[in-house]
Amino acid sequence: MGKVLMKGNEVIAESAVHAGCKYFFGYPITPQSELVAYMARRLPEVGGLFLQAESEVAAINMVYGAASAGVRVMTSSSSPGFSLKQEGISYLAGAQLPAVIVNIARGGPGLGNIQPAQSDYFQVTKGGGHGDYHTPVLAPASLQEIVDLTKDAFDIADRYRTPVILLGDGMLGQMMEPVEFTEGTEIRKFAKPWATTGTLGDGPPRTITSLELDAESLEKRNWDLQQKFAVMKANEIRYETYLTEDADYIMVAFGTVARITMNAVNKAREAGVKVGLIRPISLWPFPEKPFLETRDRVKGYISVEMSAGQMVEDVRLVVEGHAQVDFFGRTGGIVPTQDEIFEKIMMAAGGVTV
Amino acid sequence: MTMKIVFQKTSGLTDKPTHYCPGCTHGVIHRLVAEVLEEMGVLEDTVGVASVGCSVLSYEYFNCDMTQAAHGRAPAVATGVKRVLPDRMVFTYQGDGDLASIGISEVIHAAARGENITVIFVNNAIYGMTGGQMAPTSLIGQKTATTPYGRDVSVHGSPIKVCEMISVLDGAAYIERVSTHDVPHIQKAKKAIRRAFETQKRGGGFSMVEILSTCPTNWGLDPAESLEWVRDNMVPVYPLGVYKNKATGNL
Ligand SMILES: Cc1ncc(C[n+]2csc(CCOP(=O)(O)OP(=O)(O)O)c2C)c(N)n1
Ligand code: SF4
Ligand SMILES: [Mg+2]
Repeated sequence: MGKVLMKGNEVIAESAVHAGCKYFFGYPITPQSELVAYMARRLPEVGGLFLQAESEVAAINMVYGAASAGVRVMTSSSSPGFSLKQEGISYLAGAQLPAVIVNIARGGPGLGNIQPAQSDYFQVTKGGGHGDYHTPVLAPASLQEIVDLTKDAFDIADRYRTPVILLGDGMLGQMMEPVEFTEGTEIRKFAKPWATTGTLGDGPPRTITSLELDAESLEKRNWDLQQKFAVMKANEIRYETYLTEDADYIMVAFGTVARITMNAVNKAREAGVKVGLIRPISLWPFPEKPFLETRDRVKGYISVEMSAGQMVEDVRLVVEGHAQVDFFGRTGGIVPTQDEIFEKIMMAAGGVTV
Repeated sequence: MTMKIVFQKTSGLTDKPTHYCPGCTHGVIHRLVAEVLEEMGVLEDTVGVASVGCSVLSYEYFNCDMTQAAHGRAPAVATGVKRVLPDRMVFTYQGDGDLASIGISEVIHAAARGENITVIFVNNAIYGMTGGQMAPTSLIGQKTATTPYGRDVSVHGSPIKVCEMISVLDGAAYIERVSTHDVPHIQKAKKAIRRAFETQKRGGGFSMVEILSTCPTNWGLDPAESLEWVRDNMVPVYPLGVYKNKATGNL
């Protein structure tokens, strides 16, 4: 299969199908509606099932049911709908059920607007729902990267029995780019002896629950969860660095903003400024290594985000005052331009604007 | 000499002692459901969905695969299970707070879709687990922790009659309301549960049995008085009977 021109939302959907996901429960919301519509058309073709739920609350709980029955399952939404899914995501995390949840984020808070935003960073990386948990979060920057990360998302979900979040923004969901799906790649199969499928006479009944009334037992379960998160931190960190080896300044950006920032970095390099870029791909677990390796030799970091400053807090946590950490952001659905990021770099480098 | 077995514990229940209060009919309803699943020979093909309420631990008692849902969401969870495993028996076990208040949307839409699942709906006119607050099914004038002066229509509205509401939906295939206040009614309740599961077995669509149940602890009555309270106060508000049976054309 050669390259095909598709919308980001459709690429996520087709990538999920390639990853062996045959069940999808969704509810329409802009700017991710194409994903839902694509699944409605595509899943019956592969013998799967698409169901439009009555709400995001119902959709995520249908996901919980399908996951407990042992299959790969996905749901998707955008910020306001994602908030409604948080109850279910907490239950998925507590009951240790694998699922992939897509958030094509838009401007907030509240109803906000339908333009691109990254202001759900706190919500997706810090747990989001109640209780002590994290979910792995993957943030693709291009449509081709969506193909790989969607597959990874399903593998991580099954390997660790955890909900995994795929985070994009309205721009990623709506943009069109040529992508290539590699046909015939093997779908990893994970044994799921815990799934409640009916015993079929094979062994004693199984239970899936997040309830544990005994405090000691719940504490133990929580430490076990933390242990699992530690393993994810050791194995599932993904990031990309660009021109950081000799950099005096390092930009930090994820998703679509990283692409714009990379262009600004190139322009600044042409102007003689030694600047690089760290692009976290897994937002949780957050990539600490590229910061620990550079924080004692760079003059500063600048986090560029479509928010009022969220990821910058994680940058500060890992830099621990070893270097200056600055922030540049646009909110409300405004996408930062290459020129304004370039200007920010030049100001940091020389204190002058051009 | 061989002795004739006249009563035997159902294999549909585990050996765990239940945590229900003395005189609570949750235990009776568990047994009815378990007996029906055993008698139909489907225990090994069944996935139950526990809800949030006094029956939250029902997964400890039913001797089949069980998954535990968030408060009110059991019909959505059951939908997910059933759509993946259409040839399994899938049921939810829900209280009136769970089903008729926080989860009213999930149950209505499951019924509207004609979801081929069975809902066991235990109506005790109160929130048992959280200490006796008003439920949407609490009776007018009923004193609860949150209606200390009695349920007042002008403030709290009127009781929700779930069977009446659900039975108008085309997807609803078998809807019946039964009671547990005496032995004949318990026997009728078992027959209703059986018909509901049989509806599911033949792919008939959404089935629900609403079962009037006691909560002696939060009603402040002893077990015998509680049964009388169901008979004298609940049954008149919640008339018993088959509200819908697509199979017999009782639409
Ligand atoms: C989201 C959420 N809200 C509130 C609660 C607290 N809660 C637990 S059980 C319950 C009511 C249960 O009443 P009912 O469904 O009638 O069951 P019963 O205990 O009477 O059998 C409530 C409000 C909860 N667990 N989760
Ligand atoms: S509180 Fe009420 S509903 Fe709950 S177990 Fe006790 S009697 Fe039954
Ligand atoms: Mg109740």
